[in-house]
Amino acid sequence: MGGNSPCASCKLLRRRCAKDCIFAPYFPSDDPHKFAIVHKVFGASNVSKMLQELPVHQRADAVSSLVYEANARVRDPVYGCVGAISFLQNQVSQLQMQLAVAQAEMLCIQMQQDPIMPTPQIEEVDPDHKPSLLQNNLPHQYLNFASSSNVRESFFGHDMVS
Amino acid sequence: MMPGGGRCAACKYLRRRCPSDCIFSLYFPANDPQRFARVHKIYGASNVAKMLQQLPANLRAEAADSLSFEARHRVEDPVYGCVGIIHRLHQQIQNAETQLAKTQAQLFGFINTIID
Repeated sequence: MGGNSPCASCKLLRRRCAKDCIFAPYFPSDDPHKFAIVHKVFGASNVSKMLQELPVHQRADAVSSLVYEANARVRDPVYGCVGAISFLQNQVSQLQMQLAVAQAEMLCIQMQQDPIMPTPQIEEVDPDHKPSLLQNNLPHQYLNFASSSNVRESFFGHDMVS
Repeated sequence: MMPGGGRCAACKYLRRRCPSDCIFSLYFPANDPQRFARVHKIYGASNVAKMLQQLPANLRAEAADSLSFEARHRVEDPVYGCVGIIHRLHQQIQNAETQLAKTQAQLFGFINTIID
């Protein structure tokens, strides 16, 4: 730290803040909560070890992700970040299903409109019938995804997003 | 202590006796030493013990699994850990939303053509 002002880490750990303190660039004294939460979840010596094993230009990103994980773990002591991952995976699945439905509907309309393409045996389009999309209402069978309340089954049982 | 009297992975790693009420034994079995090694490397044994002890017993298995998951991803990706997965999922959501909006706009265009 510049001058004699210790960084947030050294203040919390009650030690002298050396000129080459590994924490100082990432845990300024004006944000004591940032180091406190990382220390609570990972421990100062583990964080120090992790940072020392990284090249300097990657340490800021590493600290940001550690702070994110620590905050998630304090907010949700059971699932931490894993809860957020499960929720987002469900969102991706639902969007992909909505997209598949929209693309299928478009293909259906295209096939009905294009005289060159061989049309399958389907009933004539009723001009008064609008596709489900316009009614903002997906068919129910596309809505039954694994609920995020059962994180273990929907999450730990299969591979993560690569 | 594990069934049969053996030590759990944590107590083996820490080279200590595995007491009958060991907080780790149910969640860090001896047959998966890497699982404990990773959480110990990232969180430290005493932090993990504290986190588990602060939870009701019926939630500890889930917590141990999520800690193990996060530790594994932090070891594999020391810069981003499992936050890298969150970034990728956010990107997937953004891409899917853009694609969905585009497809819906095309669909409305087709429908308007039919109606007209």
